Amino acid sequence: MKRVLVPVLAVVAAAALAVTLHLIFFVTPLERQLFFNQKIFYWHVPNWFVLFTSVFVCGLASAVYLKNRNPRWDDVARAAGELAVLFGAIGLVTGSIWGKAAWGHWWKWELRLTTSLILWLTMVGYVLVRRFGGAGSERLAAGLAVFGVVNVPLVYFAVKLADALQQESAHPKAEVVSQLTSSMKATFQLSILAFFALYAMLMIVRTGAIRDERRLRDVRERGLDAGILEP
Amino acid sequence: MVTQGHATGFLRTASAVAAKDLRVELRSREVVYTMTFFAAVIVVVFSFAFVKDQKALVEAVPGVAWAAVIFAGTIGLGRAFDREREGDTMRALLLTPAPRLAVFAGKTVAITALVVAVEVVALPLCLLFFNVDLGAAVLHLALVLVLGAIGFAVVGTVFAAMLLRVRSRDVLLPVVLYPILVPMIMAGTKATGALLAGAGGEAWFWTQFLAAYDAVFVIVALWTFEALVIE
Repeated sequence: MKRVLVPVLAVVAAAALAVTLHLIFFVTPLERQLFFNQKIFYWHVPNWFVLFTSVFVCGLASAVYLKNRNPRWDDVARAAGELAVLFGAIGLVTGSIWGKAAWGHWWKWELRLTTSLILWLTMVGYVLVRRFGGAGSERLAAGLAVFGVVNVPLVYFAVKLADALQQESAHPKAEVVSQLTSSMKATFQLSILAFFALYAMLMIVRTGAIRDERRLRDVRERGLDAGILEP
Repeated sequence: MVTQGHATGFLRTASAVAAKDLRVELRSREVVYTMTFFAAVIVVVFSFAFVKDQKALVEAVPGVAWAAVIFAGTIGLGRAFDREREGDTMRALLLTPAPRLAVFAGKTVAITALVVAVEVVALPLCLLFFNVDLGAAVLHLALVLVLGAIGFAVVGTVFAAMLLRVRSRDVLLPVVLYPILVPMIMAGTKATGALLAGAGGEAWFWTQFLAAYDAVFVIVALWTFEALVIE
């Protein structure tokens, strides 16, 4: 199953990304207000969809792991946490590039930017705990993931309310999607497919690697306990 | 089902744990002295950094005050739980037939008291160095500070307790704690800033937000503590 699924997803992702590149630069029309710099939207937005999915998967898998103690869920949570950091970094960088082009600033303390940054920092904290926490850090990391997911709406509303008391948000709204022309929409949808195929493939591969790593550790420990292995 | 007997037993255990922690602290006063001194140093250093025309900038007060409280609070939190680790008494505490949640509640109350002690020193010092006269808003500020201390203690206790068995816990505590505390810090600084500006309505709004934050994380902590801190 995995042996078929991973190459299939990889091919789908690669092909769809290549096709969207062509569509983005040669087919879709220029946007009326933003002109050329709107084109980053086709990759930037699906990238954030993937990030939020990954954070949600991490939080959910962590909650299940805390409930039933099955380490397989912990493997899923760990892979999702790592990918959330990866996709978050891509999103923050692409967003900053766009911000520099559209606003003239690399960064603004705006609703979506602030919320995403805090969420990303939480996930970096998660990965740091997994990396440097050593034995016994699984539960701490799972707790952090659950708290982090609960924290997302709180951060969102805190920034939104603080923002509402000051000024109008500058980031393009979600409503713009309904105003897209059909070629723009098709490109956007294909790009979403590409990103999710890429995400699914990375998830499967990384979860498998983490599971093997954990099993190897377990076997080694058992070997040490039985006195078969030298420490 | 929680019967009358259970409820009073819970409260008795929780207050016993809190009283024990505070008694240990009062015998040495180690954490309280170092925490408050550290907070005072932060306030001095920051107010010194925000001086213009030989006067400190009032706009910096909320940030300075909350940074001092959070930093000093983290030090105290780490030290308070290090004590339990040194004597391996946390395990003893968890092995008693006392309900885990009562232990959690007692610890949280003790930490809240420590953080409030820090605030009692840091805030007046801030007002002094920045030449602010709050007048009647002091009571409101006290409420904001207590709500902040509760939020800090709830989230902090969960993470500090989980970190007990984890390597490099001193570095990891702020790494996992601060992203989760962001909404609380935001609401706290906004409320303090509004009180300084004399905007009572806005301050009330953020006070309610703080109360909501505390409520959300009390629920999450109660729900996860048992699963998170099992020896």
